[in-house]
Amino acid sequence: MNTKVAQKTDEAKKMRREIIRDYAIFAIALALAVLLLLIFPERKATATITAWNYFLEMIAIMPAVMIIMGLFNVFVSKEQVVKYLGKTSGIKGILLAIFFGALPTGPLYIAFPLALALWKKGARVSNIVIFLSAWACIKIPQELVELQFLGLKFMASRLTLTVVFVILMGLFIEKLMAHSDQHLKESQEGGKINEGI
Amino acid sequence: MNTTIIFINLLALVFLLFAFVKDRKKTKQSLILALKSFFRILPTVLVVIILIGLFLAFVPPAEIVKYAGEQAGFTGILIIALAGAILYIPSLTSFPLAASLLRSGASIASVAAFITTLTMVGVVTLPVEIRVLGKRMALLRNGFSFIIAILIALIMGVIL
Repeated sequence: MNTKVAQKTDEAKKMRREIIRDYAIFAIALALAVLLLLIFPERKATATITAWNYFLEMIAIMPAVMIIMGLFNVFVSKEQVVKYLGKTSGIKGILLAIFFGALPTGPLYIAFPLALALWKKGARVSNIVIFLSAWACIKIPQELVELQFLGLKFMASRLTLTVVFVILMGLFIEKLMAHSDQHLKESQEGGKINEGI
Repeated sequence: MNTTIIFINLLALVFLLFAFVKDRKKTKQSLILALKSFFRILPTVLVVIILIGLFLAFVPPAEIVKYAGEQAGFTGILIIALAGAILYIPSLTSFPLAASLLRSGASIASVAAFITTLTMVGVVTLPVEIRVLGKRMALLRNGFSFIIAILIALIMGVIL
């Protein structure tokens, strides 16, 4: 019992250290950016406007994604994820991963925490990779703009090829990850499952 | 972009309402978890946003893409795929850029490679990906995405 408690406080300490480190990196990056823009004032307008626009987008999307992830973590059971996206989910799992990825949901970096939540709950690696790829590349609004600018033939053949290769890539990466999925093991042993990321 | 913002927030709201009706205590737990996760990932995302801002200011995408589009053959495909992997352009504005590339004489294969690496490979967002999913998964996903982008491009060059 005592060792368990000790482990838990160790884990909390480690997490706090990581958070402090991340914020320190942010402070350094910000300082360097300010310095760089002081040296090259003619770049300042583009840099700040771009960063500000992405910041606004992030602030508008991230809280919603975090809430979905939080609800998913607490309400959806491991058994359900394993059933629909786990080892035995087969074609249905692949189609489900593509469907969830293709919803209009924002930039790819938003998907990483969701992918981790699925992964920890027992989704198979191939479906995680397929989910991320679909999120990046098979988005519904994106396909419509591609159709408009590059035509049906271009869009349809790129979409078909992408789906095929993404599934193959998912299965292949799963094979390569099978032997040493250290990252996942660490976060599972650390009991971080209920701590989100 | 606005429809995306509305869609995802509406989705979160609907889930939240359902959860609240079903189990208030668990919903509260979920929200605390969401808040904690948000502040954990925030600094890494802010670093990426700073990188993107600097990047677009110092390396204007239109010029890079134009240069890459003029290179011919397999080298051209490779260079423009690399440009797509490194550049960070919102996917919806990348299509007009790709169309102008085609008009200015770039091959179908190189344009296909550009769009595919642009969306699937993220060098700028790699810090967040490694932070969340681990080094191995992040590098494998980006590496293989780059390879399949080239394959997709080559096949498209043949069939179109």
